[in-house]
Amino acid sequence: MSVFFGILVDGVSYGMILFMISVGLTITMGLMRVINLAHGSFALIGGATAHWLTSEMGVGYYAAVPLAVLATMMVAMVLEKVFYRKIYQFTELQQVLATIGITFLCIATVNYLLGSTILPIKIPEVFTESISLGFRSMPVHRLVVIVMGLVVVVALFLLLERTNFGIQLRAAVDNRTMADALGIDTVRIFALSFSLGAGLAAFGGILGAELLPVEAYYPLRYMVLFLVVVAVGGMGSIAGSFLAAIGLGIIDTAARYIVPEYGTIFFFVVMMLVLALRPRGLLGRI
Amino acid sequence: MEADIIRHKPAKRLGGIFSRRILLDICLISAAIAFFFIFPNNLGFMTRVLVMIIMVLSLDLVLGYAGVATLGHAALFGSGAYAAGIFAVYISANPLLGLVVGALAGAIIAFFSGLILMRATGLTLLMLSIAVAQVLFELVNSERDLTGGSDGLLGIDMDPVLGLYAFDFYGKTGYWYALAVLVVVFILLRVFVASPFGLVARGIHASPERMRAIGTPVYWRLITIYTLAGGIAGIGGAVSAQVTELVSLESLGFNLSAEAMIMLILGGIGRLYGAIFGTVIFMTVHHFAASVDPFNWLFVIGILVLLVVYVVPEGVLGLPEKLRKHLGMAK
Repeated sequence: MSVFFGILVDGVSYGMILFMISVGLTITMGLMRVINLAHGSFALIGGATAHWLTSEMGVGYYAAVPLAVLATMMVAMVLEKVFYRKIYQFTELQQVLATIGITFLCIATVNYLLGSTILPIKIPEVFTESISLGFRSMPVHRLVVIVMGLVVVVALFLLLERTNFGIQLRAAVDNRTMADALGIDTVRIFALSFSLGAGLAAFGGILGAELLPVEAYYPLRYMVLFLVVVAVGGMGSIAGSFLAAIGLGIIDTAARYIVPEYGTIFFFVVMMLVLALRPRGLLGRI
Repeated sequence: MEADIIRHKPAKRLGGIFSRRILLDICLISAAIAFFFIFPNNLGFMTRVLVMIIMVLSLDLVLGYAGVATLGHAALFGSGAYAAGIFAVYISANPLLGLVVGALAGAIIAFFSGLILMRATGLTLLMLSIAVAQVLFELVNSERDLTGGSDGLLGIDMDPVLGLYAFDFYGKTGYWYALAVLVVVFILLRVFVASPFGLVARGIHASPERMRAIGTPVYWRLITIYTLAGGIAGIGGAVSAQVTELVSLESLGFNLSAEAMIMLILGGIGRLYGAIFGTVIFMTVHHFAASVDPFNWLFVIGILVLLVVYVVPEGVLGLPEKLRKHLGMAK
């Protein structure tokens, strides 16, 4: 029972992290039809900035997190203007290559500035304590991750379903040409959602630093992980990404608890099964 | 695209395949022989380049000719390497038999994974191909007793090639051996590419729908091509296992697949020479950038990759043609 509970807590919080990092990727992939292998770089930039702010600039954790997220969003804005505008028109293969190139540059930059060691982010002491839930206790950090994940889900839902921006974004995902014809500024929508996705990735990267340690090779090491979530969930489907992230998080954690010698094999087997049966992912339409 | 296909008519006679570029072939082989004497201290590195060329040629068959974008080619290379390595340790240390085993292993893995992969396209295909390589990676990692796990497969001790040429410490035999295998593979691929079946591959690349419409069983043709490529990648893996007498987990890793793809696109996809030049350029840059500054060579590679995509999307081998067009227009 305690194993089951442990798997559930760790799996769900791992899934929340995966969701936060990947949801931006699913939006950009669904919206721009771009295979963006550089998405993990935004989690790295966020995590590295947070590390730099907390351990070298003496900024407190609660201030450092929003600052790092904002910084990442600005970097993403610039990258979008400089590189991605052109990448949208590339063929699939060129997209893969161009975004791998961007990933390499990001890794090299972080490596040059902060070195290749793990970049720990000092978390407030409250996070390291345990909290009692009456019948079981769990680390506060896991609870924070799960709660923040849910907050992100709800906020995204409200943003997409209840705001003008959300309506325009959904229209652009469904049919870009039609949205253009109706006077929606899809270029602006692209840029905004790209940077929003990057910000979420940064947030997930910082919160998930306990599970996925931040270091220069982060984008390459976990690239496949984030892409798998998107592919299994279905490109452009936020609900699909959520299902896929939580499901894969639980499966991977369970496999690590029960059959640690087989590593991530179950993760990939499940993914292959899903994609063999549903090539467009769980909830994908395109 | 269509003009491109017509340009590559299947050759009527076998001789016609080789007459066109014979000068370039002679130059390349002479260069490979000359390098042996010019850089006697870099034989290990140069042998690795030759092995990678085999791997990238195999990827070119899938990606360049049939137009199937995969990111898991290491699965085929690594299967060949491990099969040849295990065969050498436990059954027979005969190098040529090992090559056959490596080729079979690569082909078998390619055939069975191809049954799933060739149904998918785009991102799904990329993800599935990555997953195949990752599953093999984890399997090999967990079966320590047989494969050595993360320590790599050790204890390979090859017999002399044809019973005559023993593998030496300096890698002299290894270099000639890898070169000989590469030349044979290259000739086979030249024949394949010029054959009607090679034309089918190009046709599928240009328009799968039209090929289907004229009665080509596209799915099964793709599986045949992928299996063939698997055999070639398996041979590459086998050579690498035999020459270095070591198989490491990296031979199944994602990085190898990604780097092979970069090398191919750097040289120019859909050209066999592209695979050769791309691999030589990438690995040389990597070798020197990494020896100058082991931590920041990614800068160099990253900029190289972006330059290729933004400036010469056809690859380095597309440059002369591009220049010619440019100059022609200027006049």
